[in-house]
Amino acid sequence: MIATALVVFVGGTVWTVVYSFTDSKLLPRLNFVGLEQYERLWATNRWLISIENLLIYGTLSLIFSLVIGFVLAALLDQKIRFENTFRTILLYPFALSFIVTGLVWQWVLNPDFGIQHIVRSLGWESFAFDPLYNADIVIYGLLIAGLWQGTGLIMCLMLAGLRGIDEDIWKAARVDGIPMWRTYIFIVIPMMRPVFITTLVIIASGIVRVYDLVVAQTSGGPGIASEVPAKYVYDKMFLGQNLAQGFAGSTMMLLAVLVVIIPWAYLEFGGKRRPT
Amino acid sequence: MNNPATLSVAVASADVINERSGASAGPRGPRPKRRFSRRNIIIYGTLIVVALYYLLPLYVMVVTSLKGMPEIRVGNVFAPPIEITFEPWVKAWAEACTGLNCEGLSRGFWNSVRILIPSVILSIIIASINGYALANWRFKGADVFFTILIFGAFIPYQVMLYPIVILLRELGLYGSLTGLVMVHTIFGMPILTLLFRNYFTSLPQELFKAARVDGAGFWGIYLRIMVPMSLPIFVVAIILQVTGIWNDFLFGVVYTKPDLYPMTVQLNNIVNSVQGVKEYNVNMAATILTGAVPLIVYFISGKLFVRGIAAGAVKG
Amino acid sequence: MKTFTKKLLGTMAFSALMAGSAMATECEVTHWWTSGGEAAAVAEFAKAFDATGNKWVDGAIAGSGGVARPIMIGRITGGDPMCATQFNHGRQAEELVEAGLMQDLTELAEKEGWRDVVHPSSLLDSCTLDGRIYCVPVNIHSWQWLWLSRQAFEDAGVDVPTNWDEFVAAAPALQAAGKIPLAMGNQAWQASGAFGVITVALGGIDLWTKINVDKDGDAAAGPEMAKVFNAAAAAREFRKNSNVQDWNQATNLVITGKAGGQIMGDWAQGEFQVAGQVAGEDYECLPGLGVNQVISTGGDAFYFPKLDDPEKTKAQLELASLMLSKPVQVNFNLKKGSLPVRGDVDLAAANDCMKKGLAILADGNILPDGNQTLSPDTTGQIEDLMTEFWSDDSITAEDAQARYAEIIANAD
Repeated sequence: MIATALVVFVGGTVWTVVYSFTDSKLLPRLNFVGLEQYERLWATNRWLISIENLLIYGTLSLIFSLVIGFVLAALLDQKIRFENTFRTILLYPFALSFIVTGLVWQWVLNPDFGIQHIVRSLGWESFAFDPLYNADIVIYGLLIAGLWQGTGLIMCLMLAGLRGIDEDIWKAARVDGIPMWRTYIFIVIPMMRPVFITTLVIIASGIVRVYDLVVAQTSGGPGIASEVPAKYVYDKMFLGQNLAQGFAGSTMMLLAVLVVIIPWAYLEFGGKRRPT
Repeated sequence: MNNPATLSVAVASADVINERSGASAGPRGPRPKRRFSRRNIIIYGTLIVVALYYLLPLYVMVVTSLKGMPEIRVGNVFAPPIEITFEPWVKAWAEACTGLNCEGLSRGFWNSVRILIPSVILSIIIASINGYALANWRFKGADVFFTILIFGAFIPYQVMLYPIVILLRELGLYGSLTGLVMVHTIFGMPILTLLFRNYFTSLPQELFKAARVDGAGFWGIYLRIMVPMSLPIFVVAIILQVTGIWNDFLFGVVYTKPDLYPMTVQLNNIVNSVQGVKEYNVNMAATILTGAVPLIVYFISGKLFVRGIAAGAVKG
Repeated sequence: MKTFTKKLLGTMAFSALMAGSAMATECEVTHWWTSGGEAAAVAEFAKAFDATGNKWVDGAIAGSGGVARPIMIGRITGGDPMCATQFNHGRQAEELVEAGLMQDLTELAEKEGWRDVVHPSSLLDSCTLDGRIYCVPVNIHSWQWLWLSRQAFEDAGVDVPTNWDEFVAAAPALQAAGKIPLAMGNQAWQASGAFGVITVALGGIDLWTKINVDKDGDAAAGPEMAKVFNAAAAAREFRKNSNVQDWNQATNLVITGKAGGQIMGDWAQGEFQVAGQVAGEDYECLPGLGVNQVISTGGDAFYFPKLDDPEKTKAQLELASLMLSKPVQVNFNLKKGSLPVRGDVDLAAANDCMKKGLAILADGNILPDGNQTLSPDTTGQIEDLMTEFWSDDSITAEDAQARYAEIIANAD
């Protein structure tokens, strides 16, 4: 199985990179054309917009997931009643696929039936909230849905981390008269470093892959305002029947992953030896 | 780097104790004094508002699925149904058509089960052994292997789609259930291996060493010591895999053929077979039906899930 | 019903029955026809095929060709081909044929004289590679239609336009009455298709041919094309507020009188029929936008991947022959709302709009479909550009034209 994983992940990657230098169309063929695919890729408006969207979505999603996840976890950690109920409510969207998430939010955000319609029918006629049909804010429409689906898991991770903090630390902080918010920010959060790292890996790997949500919720529209790289890759490979162009796009994605995430993740996970 | 690691071991043992004694992990914050203090109002107020935001889409799904089409056209999405009808549910389950097949979702349900069970079992067995080997046996190339797995966690599925078509073709598994199970197993490996490795690393090393001294081998230690101690992380792995595999659309549709299509493909077919107006009520009913299996798993195992996450994902 | 069809099919079906009576050969057919009228049309194929003693196994994949084609191609290249599969006329399956994955139908075609019956013959050309025939065209679909809602124009107090210029002139009145003048879904192919229609209607067939067939970048950058881009830029003002995704949701806006019109292919007609509307009474159709009466002859074709099992190969040939036979052509196309690929069948049951199409077809005012002349890659690039252009006012007609000309000049 290890060998299989190597073959699939490494072999598949190498294969993809090699064929990105060819002019493969519907079927892969080894007719090398140098960097042509990459030149076209970076001259394509849709690719550039995809990258920009991924950066905006990724940054916001990372920040909001962490902040909301942590705040919710901290709230649940206050010895409240009905903790299980609240936790289940916050977590259940994670059981639903992105396809479902996209569909439901498309429905809720539909300007003719959903939120905009309701607010207008309450008398506020000029109210406008149509993120899925307004190119300037469509990415936030995706974000609302993405956060709805994903923050529950982050909250759970954070909650688990908080539960791992020693009771004595809280006692000591109270004895010293440190206000609660300061205890969280200066003592608890630094102690939760491993949790944050796991969380980051999970959020980040989800962001790079974001595809289903966009397809289900906006199909990349209006226009090309909510396109993402994974969708570009898929569309070029299978709809445009231009495999090499898709491979060039995926190679760039893999490169970005390698450059940014792998050394860092490796340092955090692989480089550490167990404390014995 | 040493500090949090040491801490995590301490935490792990604390957790084990917590579980043994059966006490739910208690909160660490200061205890509230009065029931209706300002602090409580803020906490519960925030939580209730947030819970409403989280429940809103589910509410919309359920309400919409119980309405008839005329009602949907005139009303707004949040209004409760005036006349409750279960017609959309029946249609979604047994009557919705895709092309000439008018069997609704029911056609995909058993396929999904047939895909789900072997995939979950196989991927968890393999990932747990991988995690165990990585955590307790420093074999040659372990670091490289681990790096590749982490890398695998970030590869967009779309990128691997084509190479896998070729791989499955060469193995003669294309279009078969075996091929799909294999794909799920491979793509489940990175995150699961990571979880298992972290969990096994957090278990007290003394146990492992003692077993070695007693002459237990690789499999002996795995089966007799590691597995029995690892219920929480197995629960987490099962939940993650059940959710992931059940909700998978891409692999199911690309690597199988129509008589093996999972339920999600049927869902897509129903949702995208637009006939005249979109039948939102049927779509929503189909959506809820498709999501039911992972949702039930969640509602049943919510508590175990958090505890397992605490044990597996958190100790870095 | 079954016996009736059998009789209709005559001797061919009979001989097939004799040969294949021992055991029905299963034949899995993949396609993306899942809307009401489409499914009914497929059922005609299935019924006729089952009557030959074989068994039609339906492999419908919903969500338009965009979702279905990757899956079909995956199956064929993955070594698990189906028995027959739908593609659009043209270049979508070109490489699969070149790679030798598709069944050669030339013998059958010669025996049955497809060259003589298929009209227009360009349809068969699209199935031909190096003189060999690899697919069966089953219908003709044309893009060049403007569908108009009578009710919307009455509500706005203006006459129903009879050509594009009148439509443009009436648009402000529609807007004033709270209507969307031009309904258009958010999918890229709709924007691109509408643009193609405007090109051929306002620019003429010659210009269209220079760009789409000869891939003449200069023509695409020229002043005639600039007019087309300006018209499209004006038209994008009309489509504002059509907050729908799918084409038939946009059609529904026209049906309900919320929108004045929609530029869409003849498949939109099925939606009007399902809604119980009557051509000429409830809605109007203007081929070529009422300016240039031409229709394109794109459509669907079936391909037959090479299979090892000789029984299946035989079933494939039977299916191929069946799809082109007269009764099946009539039944299928009436349900589908498309035009038959044979000039020698009688479509008395066709409605007004379909008859308009048949008349144009008979006059020979036809042009090939974009799918037949441009590669899927180029089509995709144009779609990307068009969906951006139609939804983003900040892109001027000049910018869009420059980018368009570049795509055309580099087209393969």
